[in-house]
Amino acid sequence: MDWLNLIILPGIKSIVLVLALLGGFAYLTWVERKLIGRFQMRIGPNRAWPFGLGHPIADALKMVFKEEYVPSHVDKALYILAPAMAIVPALVMFAVIPVGPQLNLFGKEIPLVVANVNIGVLWVLAISSVGVYGIILGGWASNNKYSLLGALRTSAQMLSYELPMGVLLIAALLIFGSLNLNEIVTPTIPVPWYMRAWLLLAFPFYFITMLAETSRKPFDFPETENELVAGFQTEYGGIKFALFYMTEYLHILAASGLAVTLFFGGWRGPFVEQIPILGPLYFVGKILALVFLFIWASASVPRPRYDQLLNFCWTFLFPLSLVYMVITAIVVVMTQSG
Amino acid sequence: MYSVRDVFQGTKEIAGSMAITLKALLTPPLTVEYPEQPIAVYPRFRARHELRLYENGLERCIGCCLCEAACPTGAIHVEAAENDPAHPHSPGERYAKVYEVNLMRCVFCGDCETACPVEAVVLGHDFELAVYSRDGFLLTKEELLHPKTPNVIVRAE
Repeated sequence: MDWLNLIILPGIKSIVLVLALLGGFAYLTWVERKLIGRFQMRIGPNRAWPFGLGHPIADALKMVFKEEYVPSHVDKALYILAPAMAIVPALVMFAVIPVGPQLNLFGKEIPLVVANVNIGVLWVLAISSVGVYGIILGGWASNNKYSLLGALRTSAQMLSYELPMGVLLIAALLIFGSLNLNEIVTPTIPVPWYMRAWLLLAFPFYFITMLAETSRKPFDFPETENELVAGFQTEYGGIKFALFYMTEYLHILAASGLAVTLFFGGWRGPFVEQIPILGPLYFVGKILALVFLFIWASASVPRPRYDQLLNFCWTFLFPLSLVYMVITAIVVVMTQSG
Repeated sequence: MYSVRDVFQGTKEIAGSMAITLKALLTPPLTVEYPEQPIAVYPRFRARHELRLYENGLERCIGCCLCEAACPTGAIHVEAAENDPAHPHSPGERYAKVYEVNLMRCVFCGDCETACPVEAVVLGHDFELAVYSRDGFLLTKEELLHPKTPNVIVRAE
């Protein structure tokens, strides 16, 4: 058995990835609070350490040291299980997304992806759907009408928006001709520029589905503070609440990672062939640009009504993405046969 | 269903709102970091009382008790006494032996300022009035004569 390639290397890569994601989450909250502050002409957090850089650490410590409190009316087993069921899919989603080219370390070629799976895109879709379970279970186990309504809304919203997202992904896959995310970043048959431009045309619609899938503002219906207290998180506190909170931000990171890989060429950028270490830097930079877009949208657009959200999905986004997919399929077939 | 016009209208409106927030992002923050930075107040802002002195060090207050009479909440208490001609406290015949302001009663209306014939009592700009005990709200004459420099900038009216 090839211990090095099967156990040790993926293990090290997973640990590095999880640590990077958790650190990324902590400072994503800082970036968001700072940016939202500036969007509202405030300064944002600035008390702990210069530029408020200590706030994520203070928040984490506070969450960890809070009392572990389980309300008496909840389904105890599911109540404790739900945050874990939410966070694990959010963490493993990133496993198939390539963050850089092959790296030459100690005379070994190491690909910068945890799992080079043939069906990478399917993996991300499947795992993101599993993530809904954590939220539904959390809402159900809380035995609270606000929690349950929040969870129901989340499931309806995520299932609805998965359709246009999936159809747009099919169109992208038709163009690249592969489900493997590594091959999408470095295609064996080069993708013509007009197909890439056509794909970019779909990005605004894909971005809307991303906002809904990650239940970010303006589509933060699972939480809807003014209607549902805090939705499925109402009965949670301390580290369990922190896990749900983490899930939300990890979903943002994973969704941005997938979008960067599909629409913006992943880790590719100038001079990346000569200096492979630039790859992860470009990748992180592109993700940060998308995260900025997320925060910008959340600072600008008010939340629609719930029926408007589903109406928009079923009567506009879904038909439009179907039309887009059909056109893409026709163009792909014509250019390949011609 | 959505018409083509709806779609264009919606796109335009979302783009408009995002332009507004982008403009806000590029404006420097309006926040005043208060305890570190002074707050701007108007010249006629009314806060803690002060008793003023003449330039030669004599108290302006002549102990006439008009402020006590004018006070709508009875926050001011004055006890007047005759000046010692050798060492006068004030230029007049009398001076305030006791001058106390109860900040828990004061409504900062400024009637005492208006009533004072010699402009001795004025409402200053020091608004940081929080203290740790109720006794601290009773300003004695000594405290009124030596106010601390307030943490403010006076802005143009």
